[in-house]
Amino acid sequence: MAFTFVAFSYILALIIDAFLIFFAIFNIIAFDELKTDYKNPIEQCQSLNPLVLPEYGLHMFFNVLFLFNGEWFSLVLNAPLIAYHVHRYLSRPVMSGVGIYDPTSIMNTDVLNKCQREGWIKLAFYLLSFFYYLYAMIYSLIST
Amino acid sequence: MPAGNPLFNHHQFAEQNTMMQPPIVPPPQQQPGMYAPPQVPQGGGYQQGGGGAPNTNNPFQNHQQHHQPHIPLVQQPPPPPPAAAPGGITSSSNRYPPNPALQPQNYAQPPPVPGSYLPPQQAPAPQRYVISGQPVNPSNIYPTIPSPGAPLPNNYSNQQQQPPQQYQNLNQAPLPNSHNQNQYVPPQNQQHAYNNGGVGVNQVTGGLNSMSITQQGFNKLWGTDHADLLKTRQVLPPEGVKSPEIRFQHEYMNHVNCSPDLFRCTLTKIPETKTLLQKARLPLGILIHPFKDLTQLPVIQCSQIVRCRSCRTYINPYVYFVDQRRWKCNLCFRVNDLPEEFQYDPVTKTYGDPSRRPEVRSGTIEFLAPADYMVRPPQAAVYLFVLDVTTLAVDTGYLKTVCDVLLEHLDTLPGDARSQIGFITFDSAVHFYNMNSSLSQPQELVVCDIDDIFIPCPDNLLVNLEESKEVVRHLLTNLPGKYLSSQNEPRSALGAALLAAQKILGPIGGRITVFCASLPSVGPGSLPNRQADVKSVKDLTTALNPSTDFYKKLALDCSTQYIAVDLFFLNSQYCDVASISCISKFSGGSIQYFPNYHMVENPIQAKLFEQAMVRYVTRKIGFEAVMRVRCSRGMSIHTFHGNLFVRSTDLLSLPNVNPDAGFGMQVSIDESLSDFQTVCFQAALLYTSSKGERRIRVHTLCLPVAGNVNDVIQSADQQAIIGLLSKMAVDRSLSSNLMDAREAFVNAVVDVLSAYLTTQNSLPNLALVAPKCLQMLPAYTHSILRSMGFRADLRPRLDDRTQFMNQMKTLPLFQLIQTIYPDLYPLHTIASVPLVQVPQSSRSTTPENGEEEEKYPQFPVLHLCSDRIEATGVYLLDQPDLILIYVCRNVSTQFCEDVLGVQGFVALHEMDDLPELETEWANLIRNFISYLQSNKPYQVPIRIIREDSRERMWFVNNLVEDRGEGSVSYYEFLQQLKNMVK
Repeated sequence: MAFTFVAFSYILALIIDAFLIFFAIFNIIAFDELKTDYKNPIEQCQSLNPLVLPEYGLHMFFNVLFLFNGEWFSLVLNAPLIAYHVHRYLSRPVMSGVGIYDPTSIMNTDVLNKCQREGWIKLAFYLLSFFYYLYAMIYSLIST
Repeated sequence: MPAGNPLFNHHQFAEQNTMMQPPIVPPPQQQPGMYAPPQVPQGGGYQQGGGGAPNTNNPFQNHQQHHQPHIPLVQQPPPPPPAAAPGGITSSSNRYPPNPALQPQNYAQPPPVPGSYLPPQQAPAPQRYVISGQPVNPSNIYPTIPSPGAPLPNNYSNQQQQPPQQYQNLNQAPLPNSHNQNQYVPPQNQQHAYNNGGVGVNQVTGGLNSMSITQQGFNKLWGTDHADLLKTRQVLPPEGVKSPEIRFQHEYMNHVNCSPDLFRCTLTKIPETKTLLQKARLPLGILIHPFKDLTQLPVIQCSQIVRCRSCRTYINPYVYFVDQRRWKCNLCFRVNDLPEEFQYDPVTKTYGDPSRRPEVRSGTIEFLAPADYMVRPPQAAVYLFVLDVTTLAVDTGYLKTVCDVLLEHLDTLPGDARSQIGFITFDSAVHFYNMNSSLSQPQELVVCDIDDIFIPCPDNLLVNLEESKEVVRHLLTNLPGKYLSSQNEPRSALGAALLAAQKILGPIGGRITVFCASLPSVGPGSLPNRQADVKSVKDLTTALNPSTDFYKKLALDCSTQYIAVDLFFLNSQYCDVASISCISKFSGGSIQYFPNYHMVENPIQAKLFEQAMVRYVTRKIGFEAVMRVRCSRGMSIHTFHGNLFVRSTDLLSLPNVNPDAGFGMQVSIDESLSDFQTVCFQAALLYTSSKGERRIRVHTLCLPVAGNVNDVIQSADQQAIIGLLSKMAVDRSLSSNLMDAREAFVNAVVDVLSAYLTTQNSLPNLALVAPKCLQMLPAYTHSILRSMGFRADLRPRLDDRTQFMNQMKTLPLFQLIQTIYPDLYPLHTIASVPLVQVPQSSRSTTPENGEEEEKYPQFPVLHLCSDRIEATGVYLLDQPDLILIYVCRNVSTQFCEDVLGVQGFVALHEMDDLPELETEWANLIRNFISYLQSNKPYQVPIRIIREDSRERMWFVNNLVEDRGEGSVSYYEFLQQLKNMVK
């Protein structure tokens, strides 16, 4: 039983992952609101856009920790999502502010569906990885 | 017959079949009398010689040669009086045999219901054919004309009871009619008109292999026959492509659907499931022109507008009255109560029958909205003009035109006593004009701090037009002179001027009109010149997208403040239309583009600009508008196209709406519609008129549901499909790239034709078969692939390309099709073409014609192909922004003298208008041109060009079916398609 750097990074990952789950849920709700006409897309994008970079940053942050620890398996698990995030941000519409959501195109049903699907998939991924981090944390704590 | 050519072998076979046809005339009991194969017309004899080989190896052969013998038919004496048929069988374009003489005059007209709307172009057509024994009596003509929604089975049953003779009459009766009215139908016309007959024969014969005769007869009857495009040279009907009729099964016979000019669906029968739609591989969507100028529109003022309580649908002709007090919504099927008021019919002033109300009598209706439709008191008409006064702009001389037009129409600007007006000019600074009514002349205020723009004085930049009219006049009179003299800045601070304009209008809302002639280069919103970055077609994607989101963000801000920005581009150099136009795209504005505008050096463009300005300042305008498009349960609107901002799934925010804006929506089918017989779309446009009234204009389109693929494909509306595909292609080329968009276009056509092929079994192998309703689809596609917007080379300028794409997104369908495929008319056939009445609505626009009956010659529309151009011809090319008259070298002297006012071709000069001659031909051609002009939002310049002049390229470039530089000809394109269709 040792509180190593590995264990520490898994604990951090666990906490951050909990936040990410909230982000994903928030996204899903936001897009659902758009779909059901409750919100104006301009306002909705204004509330969603500032959260995009923090989400990506947090996710990347604990992966950097995995990298330093040599936790290759965890890193490989997360690599596709990192790649997706980078791609998503690079191919964002022309915007002066931060974020990836453009109020003029968000109401397009294709875009809306895609965003919502993305939210659900991320939620599932974060949830699964939450349990994985929990397991990995305990494993690293009890193994010496 | 060249035996080596398999195409001809097939043809020969087909002809033999045709000749064997008489015995297979359907027995009267089984076959509706309407059925009429083309060879049945007697007398003239169908003498198409089976052995008379066409003298060409071109498989794209001209069928007109074959059918010359048919011609005398047209001049036959009237047939014996038609057998007394009980129910009038009335004209409807698709139920005729493809008979050359009558096709051009077919008009399928909805019956004008009292108080209903009649589109300007479609005033009652003078030449109607009532084929049964009833005489053509103008007074009772309406009831006999089936509406688009009229149930066919009804007619059908009538015909079943008809004696066999009726069969002949059906074929002949229309002819004398046209004969009587037109006196003489001479040979030149027949050539063109006859082409169509050729198609008919080809269609019939081509299909004989596979179809039983009965089947084929029915197909013809319903207009669902097909043709091999590779062999049919003439697929364009001489009267032009019309929108297909919407046919219901049995109900709703008296109901009037929304006019196809206003509301069209790509399919006139909606497939009942998503799978079926995928099988048909057709795009499903609606195209709408909601604020079109209408000559007749029922307007209703009532204390309570009847709407469905759950889905908020407005009551419309397709609702079901459960009883006197309740109605069932046709979109969500909720049963609603009828208010007491609805029992009263204002037209007949009677009580008791809710179905007599104008709301349930017309597919298009306008309500005066009560106060609960307002979020704030209706705004006044507010106009702010933002004028570019940089060197480039001033040099074009546009200021003079704008100021003159405004001066002239200051009193006719739409508005009431509250109307306000303001002016801003900009170069590298922003100039404001204080026009307080107490001042004798306007006071100019210059703000040089463009990075942090502020409004120099809080009031009087926007003034009441009535009170300050003199000051405004003073300003408009002096403005052009003021900037002519001074040394202007070349740099443009457009962004700052727009920000300032938004600040001024912010509290009220209204319209900002921006004239822009140079690339914004200083201050916020300045743009780099991206022209040099485009080195290959791949680079186009970035160049067609905006380079900054400044204009988009500003547009969204404007949109929330009910401000629309309209743009006029007058640039001769690159101006980054792609970036700047975002300001209009998302604020419901309009974008007009006059490349190379110069008041003196480019007189055609100058004239066009002036006309466009006059139209612009006098046309109707709706402020604070929102449009909601609802559709039946089971369907949903998927993507919106047009200059608008989508505020929620079905609500479009249009700060201003103008009568020249069109919109498109893609529709998806989410649930099975098999329980329903019809589906409905309803577009409701809520706006504030320039008089400060809140109004709602409601358009309802009802379509039947179809359960099999063939029905769906046969119901396709090719023009609407092209309209929708082009919008999708624009999106595609912006999000992906141009080559993808082009490919998608071709694939769309291939998909449709393949889908059709699978519905037809055992068709001849070598054919590229297209159903009648989709025959022009490849031609349109081919043309659009060569157009400025989608061609795969870098020849079109970036701005031209962007503007073409903008137009594809926003033009109403009629103009969109004309942009892609202009109409070509042979003017030299004037002696032979039938005359038709000038529609009532367009006559009002040409008041000089007075009381007398105006007629114009109905020229056939020609394919845009150089082999349709004869050396002795004179052709009129009707483009949306220019009417070209192309005079060929060997034009007849008579035509020159009578119409062009010169002795002969040698003496002809390029002219900007036809001379005012008082000859019969000149009058007719003038009438024809004014008829064409009446279909446009404003009069466009006319240009007469000689075959040997330099300007001939304007004409020749429009012959899109020829092979062009770097692009294939229409025929080659068809062959490519054929290889892809499986």
